[in-house]
Amino acid sequence: MAERRSPAAAHADRFEAASRGEGLRLAELPFLTHVNVRVDPASPAAGDIADVLGAPLPEEPCTAVTAASDITVAWLGPDEWLVVAPEGYQPELLRKALGERHGSVVDVSAQRTTLLVAGPHARDLLAHGCALDLHPSVFGPGRCAQTTLARAQVVLLPRQDGFLVLVRSSFAAYMAEWLLDAATEYVT
Amino acid sequence: MLLIPCPWCGPREEAEFHYGGQAHVAYPENPAALSDEEWARYLFFRDNPKGVFAERWSHSAGCRRWFNALRDTATNEIHAVYRVGEPRPVTS
Amino acid sequence: MRRENGGRIDRSRTLRFRFDGQEYTGHPGDTLASALLAGGVRQIATSVKLGRPRGVFSAGSEEPNAVVQIEEPFPEPMLPATTVELYDGLVARSLAGQGRLATEPDPARYDAVHAHCDVLVVGAGPAGLAAARAAAGAGARVILADEQPEPGGALLGSPDEVDGVPGAEWAAATAAHLEGLPDVRVLRRTTVFGYYDDNYLVAVERRTNHLGAAAPAHVARERVWRIRARQVVLATGAHERPIAFAGNDLPGVMLAGAARTYVHRYGVLPGRRAVVFTANDSAYAAALDLAEAGVEVAAIVDVRTAPGERWAARARERGIELLAGHVVTAARGDGQLSSVLVGATGDGGRSIDADLLLVSGGWNPVVHLFSQSGGTLRYDEALGTLVPGASRQAVQPAGAAGGVFTLPGCLADGAAAGARAAGPHAGPHAAEAPRAAEPEATNAPAYWLVPANDYSAHFVDLQRDVTVADIHRATGAGLRSVEHVKRYTTAGTAHDQGKTSGLLTSAVVAHALGTSVAELGTTTFRAPYLPVSFAALAGRDRGALHDPVRVTALHEWHVAHGALFENVGQWKRPWYYPRPGEDMETAVLRECRAARESVAAMDASTLGKIDVIGPDAGEFLDRLYTNLMSSLKVGSVRYGVMCRPDGMVLDDGTVIRLADDHFLVTTTTGNAAMVLDWMEEWLQTEWPSLRVHCTSVTEQWATVALVGPRSREVLAGLAPGLAVSAADFPFMTWREADVAGIPARVCRISFSGELAFEINVTSWDGLRLWTAIMDTGLVTPYGTETMHVLRAEKGYPIVGQDTDGTVTPHDLGMSWVVSKKKPDFIGKRSFTRADTSRADRKQLVGLLPEDPGFLLPEGTHLVSTATLPEPPVPMLGHVTSSYRSAALGRTFALALVKGGQGRVGERLYAPVAGTLVPVTVTSHVLYDPEGARRDG
Repeated sequence: MAERRSPAAAHADRFEAASRGEGLRLAELPFLTHVNVRVDPASPAAGDIADVLGAPLPEEPCTAVTAASDITVAWLGPDEWLVVAPEGYQPELLRKALGERHGSVVDVSAQRTTLLVAGPHARDLLAHGCALDLHPSVFGPGRCAQTTLARAQVVLLPRQDGFLVLVRSSFAAYMAEWLLDAATEYVT
Repeated sequence: MLLIPCPWCGPREEAEFHYGGQAHVAYPENPAALSDEEWARYLFFRDNPKGVFAERWSHSAGCRRWFNALRDTATNEIHAVYRVGEPRPVTS
Repeated sequence: MRRENGGRIDRSRTLRFRFDGQEYTGHPGDTLASALLAGGVRQIATSVKLGRPRGVFSAGSEEPNAVVQIEEPFPEPMLPATTVELYDGLVARSLAGQGRLATEPDPARYDAVHAHCDVLVVGAGPAGLAAARAAAGAGARVILADEQPEPGGALLGSPDEVDGVPGAEWAAATAAHLEGLPDVRVLRRTTVFGYYDDNYLVAVERRTNHLGAAAPAHVARERVWRIRARQVVLATGAHERPIAFAGNDLPGVMLAGAARTYVHRYGVLPGRRAVVFTANDSAYAAALDLAEAGVEVAAIVDVRTAPGERWAARARERGIELLAGHVVTAARGDGQLSSVLVGATGDGGRSIDADLLLVSGGWNPVVHLFSQSGGTLRYDEALGTLVPGASRQAVQPAGAAGGVFTLPGCLADGAAAGARAAGPHAGPHAAEAPRAAEPEATNAPAYWLVPANDYSAHFVDLQRDVTVADIHRATGAGLRSVEHVKRYTTAGTAHDQGKTSGLLTSAVVAHALGTSVAELGTTTFRAPYLPVSFAALAGRDRGALHDPVRVTALHEWHVAHGALFENVGQWKRPWYYPRPGEDMETAVLRECRAARESVAAMDASTLGKIDVIGPDAGEFLDRLYTNLMSSLKVGSVRYGVMCRPDGMVLDDGTVIRLADDHFLVTTTTGNAAMVLDWMEEWLQTEWPSLRVHCTSVTEQWATVALVGPRSREVLAGLAPGLAVSAADFPFMTWREADVAGIPARVCRISFSGELAFEINVTSWDGLRLWTAIMDTGLVTPYGTETMHVLRAEKGYPIVGQDTDGTVTPHDLGMSWVVSKKKPDFIGKRSFTRADTSRADRKQLVGLLPEDPGFLLPEGTHLVSTATLPEPPVPMLGHVTSSYRSAALGRTFALALVKGGQGRVGERLYAPVAGTLVPVTVTSHVLYDPEGARRDG
């Protein structure tokens, strides 16, 4: 029986080759758990979900909170968050926290894949296709953005060493090709 | 490329947004009670001013929220944005 | 010819190049124009309309004359020789107007990058450098963009000092200082060419053009910068403007400041014996510098009766004859300048031998970007030129671009502008300006045109060969607006966009009409400031990266198994899977037979999928769909149609009820994003009180449609735990089960009329599921073409193919999907409009060509008569879908036909390639109208 397969699996070798120099690290972080949470942030349900996550649902637009358990909660909208958790995290925990109350918890782990763009040239690389100001004074850890990178919609999560680019699975191959092509100047 | 201030996400490039036409055109309370002419007016007739226009935008590539903007159709200047349900701000 | 020494060229290295077949040499730091002048070449081009010889007129991007074709290393047409940096191996030739585009693909990379800053400074002359230094000193994030390879601007072409050192040295040191700061970017060889709304400016950086064939392949040759700036300082300098007189286009006639630049920057003497024709002081500096460098300056011809006294004295000291209150009445020569006619009036006068005539009619601030920003321009009578007025954007001119024409003035103006732009960042010392010597200021009234009886060789626009006589023809024909004169004469429309000629055109028109330039105005400045190559604008958005290609989790299998692909929106969907020797027709007939007679499978993962969750989800869907969704039982599936408020079909798909408060909605492939936006629009703007949330799960799930009478048998083998009989698993229900060991949701729905199952697993598991299905050895993979044939045989419409935004559910023969019970839903009110109940609406029908082998082209019109009447021919409708059917053993089509549902049995005609093909109208359901096959 064949194994399950992540959307950018076919690009793993080329990502690795592009990461051999000092300038860039490209990789797919496959099979992370992504959960879309929608709930009134003022409701008790939101608090119960936050308790399970170990982090509050951030109410400031375009911010993200990372809990000790390596769970990141990114603001997607005034009543919408994306939980990014390690592989194997059970969305069911959040569904239970919500209970019968109004809101929604949807497992979207396979809806997008997570690409790591890190290294000293990470910002240069994304600036080829992202119109946002990625300067660390404006868009550093603790921020998040839904925007477009090249011609695909993405969720961007800045980290100390670079960015996580969450891209729809059907766009993953395109995005990988785009990143590898954009990296030409930084890996040669 | 206009910079449109999403009331949630802040200024973003125009390409992240979808246009939604004239704002404050509510779906009629009871369409069945309208005459054909009144219904046609709701369906097909919109203002087209030169100057400040209240219109709807959706931050479709961002937070996906609909909001309203007061845009000058002659200069593209956006005088104000406001969330759905908020009253139209008074601008000079 | 080249001077013995001097200039900012690297004389230790020699570059070889060819021009019009001749070998020449130059040095790093040269432009093609300076190297050609050093090599004694006077004629660089031939004018486009009149075929007149033309030489180098300027030293920058305003050049109207010296336009060349680059042949090697890669063909590029129509480049001003004054902007081409010299490199080894350059091959160029002169042009007579148009160049030639390369016929082979450009192998170079081009790319684009977004950048943000507090202050963008355009131009690294004295004002720009001072502005950037002040802004950066105040802590602002600064981008300084300059089109030259080295900073300094006008300082490179003069011996002026700043802060006690030669200007070029000061510029280099200032740029180096700026580059050492963390949040400052200095862009060389970068022309800002467009200024758009919200301080969005676009620039092109020429990164490896100057390296010729030695350019590294992995570095983008040109880069487009998309800059969003909080504040913009335009330190774009000024262009010297010519004066219109007879023969002012001869090679050897040159702008005075340009000649000075050739001497100082390139170490080149542009002639041996010069006359200077001026209306201001600045050309005196050029005259003195040229004399100092060894050019014999025969005379300064100054239109003013009272030139500046100190300048006049210095000229006399140098032994230069000064002819005040005189004009050049003609430049003469055969192919190049040999003498200049000078007089006190417009005609005749004394002849002076000269091979160089320097001209200065004054200076025009480069206001192009300011004007593009939405800024107004004001005619300044004292300066005799247009200067920036007000702009609604956060922009300010600095230095010569704002009409400040002295060096200390530019430095001070730049520093102040930079500090202002840095705004709250500005510290107390930010605006401290660099220092330079204050020159004498003398009044210099505008002077445009040397009066004459014959204006046929008084050139205004050199590149378009437009003369004063041409403009007089235009005004004589009654044209009064300078915009109209521009279009009538083509003045200002060449690829230099009239940088040196624009204001002169206005002045000549104003003169002819007896009005003033201030009154008349000028033509509009539009982007791009300079010609920009399409390759640079396209950047990396070409080939495979031109538009995203979306693929499903099964894509690699499809590729490996020889599928041909169809583009559906951005998706690549398998179209059909030809076996060796099969053409499309054979392959599709085989796939159709497999689905109707055995079992076949299709990748249906591209369908849009939306989770609709909340206590009011049923009510919400009742409002959006024409039929009732709230009555759907958990475990069941219902087909639904959505309309717009005008009653026209928007999309269709299935609705699955997963739980009381949880529905899964599917959409057509191309409409997934639109439908989600549609739902959010109604929820957020009209029905915020409904407790519903929508979440896209399109790519969460991979979907395989397993179709055909043996599909149950295949599913049973893969999902031993699932009761698959028709009784246990009825049509339009769904079950959860392990299929091939993978947790799956299986729906019994059919888009073919056959017994069919749609199996959904997470997209991570999609390939596993598909491989397991194919490993049974029983299942034929099929593509979208077969899917289309199967659904069309059943009369199932495809939204967007059989509908076009003017079709109601009733028109599709689907009145059954429109609820009569619901008090309202989107579109309901429109179904009682007179228009939607017309008897002659176009309705979906089937068509059978009388020749069962004839395939009607999709889009074919339909008429009622066997011969075409005189136009206008009454059209009854058109073919929307057309296929060969294995099941029917013939061709068939779907069509939208006026009153079609009442025409069943009628014969219509389809004009195809000059003949009228007879067809018979049938019901749109052509196969298994009883629905007997759906249970297998």
